[in-house]
Amino acid sequence: MAGALPSVAPVSRETKSKHLTESTRVKWTLIGISILFVGVVVLLPLITVLLEAFRKGWSAYVEALKDPDAIAALKLTLTTALVAVPLNTIFGVAAAWAITKFRFRGKNLLITLIDLPYAVSPVISGLVYILLFGAQGFLGPWLIDHNVKIVFATPGIILATMFVTFPFVARELIPLMESQGIQDEEAAVSLGSRGWRTFFKVTLPNIKWGLLYGIILCNARAMGEFGAVSVVSGHIRGETNTLPLHIEILYNEYQYTAAFAVASLLMLMAIVTLIIKSFIESRMVSSKHGE
Amino acid sequence: MASIRTKSVLPGYRLTLGFTILYLSLIVLIPLAGLVVKTAGLTLPQLWDTVTSPRVVASYRVSLLTAFYAALVNVVFGLIVAWVLVRYRFPGKKIVDGLIDIPFALPTAVAGIALTSIYAPNGWIGKLVEPLGLKIAYTPLGITVALIFIGVPFVVRTVQPVLQDLESDMEEAAVLLGAYRWRTFRKVILPELVPPLLTGFALAFARGIGEYGSVVFISGNMPLKTEITPLLIITKLEQYEYSQATAIALVLLVLSFGLLLIINSLQRWSNRRLRSS
Repeated sequence: MAGALPSVAPVSRETKSKHLTESTRVKWTLIGISILFVGVVVLLPLITVLLEAFRKGWSAYVEALKDPDAIAALKLTLTTALVAVPLNTIFGVAAAWAITKFRFRGKNLLITLIDLPYAVSPVISGLVYILLFGAQGFLGPWLIDHNVKIVFATPGIILATMFVTFPFVARELIPLMESQGIQDEEAAVSLGSRGWRTFFKVTLPNIKWGLLYGIILCNARAMGEFGAVSVVSGHIRGETNTLPLHIEILYNEYQYTAAFAVASLLMLMAIVTLIIKSFIESRMVSSKHGE
Repeated sequence: MASIRTKSVLPGYRLTLGFTILYLSLIVLIPLAGLVVKTAGLTLPQLWDTVTSPRVVASYRVSLLTAFYAALVNVVFGLIVAWVLVRYRFPGKKIVDGLIDIPFALPTAVAGIALTSIYAPNGWIGKLVEPLGLKIAYTPLGITVALIFIGVPFVVRTVQPVLQDLESDMEEAAVLLGAYRWRTFRKVILPELVPPLLTGFALAFARGIGEYGSVVFISGNMPLKTEITPLLIITKLEQYEYSQATAIALVLLVLSFGLLLIINSLQRWSNRRLRSS
């Protein structure tokens, strides 16, 4: 089913008769508009990040990245992703297994609820944890008594990130596993295979590319999240600043070159993510044709 | 069909469904319920006064209008880009296709500072339009520009697969019946594209209403003029006005849920049409 693939490889339509296509003038006008639109809206910001980052030369660039606060922010960003992404991956696999391998009531409601974090503004994703764990929150007094810090500390940042990236893996796996059906697993089980063995030997090889796809998108969002994390972070330099928050502080202090230098790191992460993504897409297309 | 519950031979039903519901409740449902409970602590007049005060209403206006115009721009250009990517061959096509996903992957703060430096009065484009008396950064126009960036993938990626699957028989039939290309497009192709275009619009609009990171740098954040609702929530939080922040958040949340429901039914409509064609 085509629904399993978010984008589809282009089909050549060169063979059709000329009544079925536009005049060359119209065609190249449309292509020109597209290139101009994507160039100005998407490409120009990318170029700007690079030019601004290297405006004062290579040594200033390296200096900005070697700053202890920048390194602390990088560490916090990596820690956050390292906790949030695996947890959401386990959830995504479990949810997709339950939803696609069994029939039960309320399945559509469950799918909608999993999608909820997509619809919620990042700012609200952070706010809900302040209301739960903040000093004035429901659990706030208890946490203060027991000297546990959640908001304005690393756990809050991780929780807010988990909320925002919650649907990513599940959302990739559900349509993919739906389209694959349950015959393979049923065959394995009827031949005497046990639960986990069935999953690792039969299901996992079938879904590996879709799973990886979900994980890298989840990771990109986890490392780049700004709004939700901004609400729960407390902005303590060197302690509760992730890379995106560090960029904001540098920018607001008019340290533009340093801000763009750190931004270029995250831009590199985004571009690498998209390269891996297009590699996975080509693998998914070829494995589909191989069937 | 749905009422028939076939017993599956596969293991793990209780384990996976149990874990799914537990994790969903802990991370998403309970925190969101907390928001509703917190708002319930306000009396109705208090709630009403908070969410209808002039500064708050102005922020809805800014958020809704800029998100609407940005989504509209993306519908027009998204359709053209999707069309070009599906139907034509040209040099650099792969790059254009890859760039479409950048707004999904690029952290919003990075986009925010980059767009601000482009559209500020001393930036590349800001400098170009300044002699015309036009200001982009620190005006609602700047917010719209940021939301256009954020919304690019939604329309393109929803229209693309539909355009790909469109059978050429109908177009051929229309040509045989003597229709011109433009007429074929309007009468045969465009109706098929209405569901994905609407879905893409709704997705971009919903994302635009809640967006924070890419907007906060370029907007200038002037109360009543360029203050978006998400930023106002943060401002209230920083002033320790927790119940006000929560009340405004609830309005935004209800709006987003409404849009989510609309998007879901649009997608079902779109899928049905795709299957029946």
